[in-house]
Amino acid sequence: MSVSANSTGTPLLEVEKLKVEFDTRRGLVQGLRGVTLSIGRGETLGVVGESGSGKSVTAQAVMGLIDLPGRIASGDIRWKGRSLLGSDGERYARDIRGKEVAMVFQDPMTSLNPVLKIGTQIGEVLERHLGMTRAQARNRAEELLAAVGISAPGRRLDQYPHEFSGGMRQRVMIAMAIACEPELLIADEPTTALDVTIQAQILELLAELQQSLGLSVVLITHDLGVVAGLCHRVAVMYAGQIIETGLAEDVFERPAHPYTQGLLRSTPRLDEVSDRLVSIEGTPPNLVTPPEGCSFQQRCPLSGEACRKAPKLEHIRPDAEAACWRPSVPAWATPLMSPTFP
Amino acid sequence: MLNPVPAQPPAPPLLSVQGLDVTYETGAQGFWGRPKAFKALEDISFDLHPGETLGLVGESGSGKTTTGRAVLRRITASAGKIVFQGKDITHTKGEALRKLRRNMQLVFQDPYASLNPRMRVIDLVAEPLLVHGLIRHVDEARDRITELLRIVGLPADAHDRFPHAFSGGQRQRIGIARALALQPEFIVADEPVSALDVSVRAQVVNLMQDLQRELGLSYLFIAHDLSVVRHISHRVAILYAGRMVEIADRDDLYDHPIHPYTEALLSAVPVPDPRTQRQRKRIVYGGEIPDLVNPPAGCRFSTRCPLATEQCHKEAPKLSERSAGHLVACWNR
Amino acid sequence: MAIPMPVTTPVATARNAAQRPTLLSRLDEFGRELWQDKLGTLGFAVIVALLLMAILAPLLAPYDPAAQSVISRLKPPAWLPKGSWEHILGTDHLGRDVLSRVIYGARASLLVGVLVVLFAGSFGVVLGLWAGFRGGRTDSIIMRIVDVQVAFPGLLLILLVISVIGPSMATMIIVLVVTNWMVYARVVRGIVLSVRQTPYVEAAEMIGCKTSRVIFRHILPNLTSPLLTLGILEFTNIVLAEAALSFLGLGVQPPATSWGLDVANGRDYIFVAWWLITFPGLSIATTVLAVNLFASWVRVTTDPQEREKRFAYQRAKLAARRARRSPQAQSSEAKSQGGRS
Repeated sequence: MSVSANSTGTPLLEVEKLKVEFDTRRGLVQGLRGVTLSIGRGETLGVVGESGSGKSVTAQAVMGLIDLPGRIASGDIRWKGRSLLGSDGERYARDIRGKEVAMVFQDPMTSLNPVLKIGTQIGEVLERHLGMTRAQARNRAEELLAAVGISAPGRRLDQYPHEFSGGMRQRVMIAMAIACEPELLIADEPTTALDVTIQAQILELLAELQQSLGLSVVLITHDLGVVAGLCHRVAVMYAGQIIETGLAEDVFERPAHPYTQGLLRSTPRLDEVSDRLVSIEGTPPNLVTPPEGCSFQQRCPLSGEACRKAPKLEHIRPDAEAACWRPSVPAWATPLMSPTFP
Repeated sequence: MLNPVPAQPPAPPLLSVQGLDVTYETGAQGFWGRPKAFKALEDISFDLHPGETLGLVGESGSGKTTTGRAVLRRITASAGKIVFQGKDITHTKGEALRKLRRNMQLVFQDPYASLNPRMRVIDLVAEPLLVHGLIRHVDEARDRITELLRIVGLPADAHDRFPHAFSGGQRQRIGIARALALQPEFIVADEPVSALDVSVRAQVVNLMQDLQRELGLSYLFIAHDLSVVRHISHRVAILYAGRMVEIADRDDLYDHPIHPYTEALLSAVPVPDPRTQRQRKRIVYGGEIPDLVNPPAGCRFSTRCPLATEQCHKEAPKLSERSAGHLVACWNR
Repeated sequence: MAIPMPVTTPVATARNAAQRPTLLSRLDEFGRELWQDKLGTLGFAVIVALLLMAILAPLLAPYDPAAQSVISRLKPPAWLPKGSWEHILGTDHLGRDVLSRVIYGARASLLVGVLVVLFAGSFGVVLGLWAGFRGGRTDSIIMRIVDVQVAFPGLLLILLVISVIGPSMATMIIVLVVTNWMVYARVVRGIVLSVRQTPYVEAAEMIGCKTSRVIFRHILPNLTSPLLTLGILEFTNIVLAEAALSFLGLGVQPPATSWGLDVANGRDYIFVAWWLITFPGLSIATTVLAVNLFASWVRVTTDPQEREKRFAYQRAKLAARRARRSPQAQSSEAKSQGGRS
């Protein structure tokens, strides 16, 4: 079992050997190729990866948002030990999604109905899931807006989404997500569309809510900096698989997988000046015909004969796992010179 | 140390922008009302020297994209002066403006939307040569295009393929090859890496630095990512709500920010290192970027600034020099 | 939901280059996709049959459509008592063969439809491009003309013009062009306005393309697929309009034939000879239905996202059918899908 939960007992959410496929005209895209992870209570897991790595697909699978042309090919998703797949599971899933597990999306404008007042939209969630009356729902909605740091919440309830700025809309989305006091909040790139200073505000809010409500949070992002500030544990995804996971400090300080190392070295840092960035040449593999063996081998400076066989996620330290045949070997010793000007 | 390439201050600036204003008109107020105007940019001034990269940083609505477009004469300036290669180009028009394009080019943010999906790579990269009459037919430029593709690190057989066959990073390379085709001296790069994946960003940033070193290009590098800007720029200017609040040499600005907004902006950027990140002092100011249609009187940051005094709300501070090359617009710092 | 597209590796792109679609292979691909959509295929087949019928009318029709015969008046279709196989669909009140008239009638309907769509389309596209690209005053003037004409009842205008000039096929075509160009102008203007904002059009202007090149090379190709769908749908409107005008006696004039004209002629005999209005009427309905079925396939095919969805849906259906056929395969699939629920 990868990404083991810290807490004792059954973890809140378990994803096991999940495979998701997309049947497209270009061929069968293997969006997720056996992803296993779990989240315990009160824990914050950062899922890091590039576009196409499968980080968002994982969240969508948990929330039951995989639509045609995608489908869950195999594997299991369990909430408090009970499967969410199959016909029984789907009934169970309908009960818990939106209530016990909630999600915040990247673009708040597309998830809010532009013709309904904010108060109506939050109220709807409360009336449907918690059976509140309209008046109760309105009061609760006001409390929620106040809780996510929106000033004059009573007045704001009667406004429409376009009267809110991007950061405020994301706060509204978070208010709607926590309306039913969920146990797990999945945030898919919640700050990507926002400005830096607004991003800082939203991240601060998430951290506060996590503390005060005892929420578990899955934070999906491509931004390593965002993960560093907020997450206890990190899972790094590449080409539809988790390739490294561990405590945030460990993964950032002692990255084991060459891809993780490269990712960290290729990101410029605000607090450092480097001569030249490490550049991971090439592009992620085509998921219609993923390579035999390790999916990173074509871009990896360490790749050798062994990499023709697919490495499994294995413990490299008690609390860290990596899917690599030569983990923890420094892969990018010297910055590569660009091949352009030899 | 290969980078940054040291800038040479004594040479005359390649580009000089003085007191640039850009005014936009919004829709009319009511059916008979007059269209309302608002200033997207106010009093922007800076110089760009040959071989230099000026990073232009700001959040949405700061006017950084407008500045880039105004300098390229895509957007008309309502006041101020733009001098390029010693010539005033503020009011150049028609055919002369089209000729001017040979010396200044734009690299776009979105490598997916900025390449016509119906054109082959060779058509895309050769189009500038074609429309400026340097070649009559695309096939004449085949060798030249091959060379350009090699320079930007694309395989030679890319010629006859369409953009959709390439990944985001490769498409951005096509966009850069197109910008380089006319051998311009000045390139405005408008968020050139923000749409790219993290591992690919480094490829493009490195490519841009190599090209600068080899070809002596000057960049106006527009971005919201302060980490990338620190890496690539020689000097950095910070914009807020249409005004420039601070401009300085890179290290000077990052290590000793003076304007409260710059300070907050820098502290808000997360660092990919959990220990450092958790210890960093974050300055989080509430509030939002002001509405430019009804901007606050005085300093535009005064609505969020903890130091704001009576004067800040009344009168806008001008940029003033605090140390060599370090200009700040603030009454209190 | 965003579908993660296969990211192309250098290897994959090299293969893509080798398989750059030729016109033939693309036609083959479209043919195969059309075949998957049974209704679309049916529509397409009917359209082709109608076109062949109209073109080959002299070869197919058993009689001259205008040849009268007083002896064989109002003969019912062959399968009814008193019917004869000499006139499969019977004859009209002047003893003309209904089948022949239906076959020849296709010519008028299709010719008018195609010509009006072409002329009205070209006119509308040019004005729409001009309005969208120039913007400002040009745009407001053109679009106000469009508004005024849309607001003016088309039929009234047609009646007015035809009663002044006198009815003929050419007049009808001109009149229909004049009353049907506006929709193209509106659609084209809208697309031009949105495409002008796209970065690649800005890129074209930034590298110094002249306006004409920007319009023809970069903007115009975006119009093909929406105009194709619009044109096909408009075609059915014109077929109906032609029938209506001919029915009113303002379109095709005897002795020429048209379905609308035949319906009008048969109207007086509706209780004695139902076949006179039924067969031309059915022809009109079939044409309109077939074109609509085909148009909805075209619409989905020219929209990449819809096309992808349709593909997946059909694959899922196919898989379900296969699973039903072989219960063994089904149980193994269920095992892998159910996990450990």
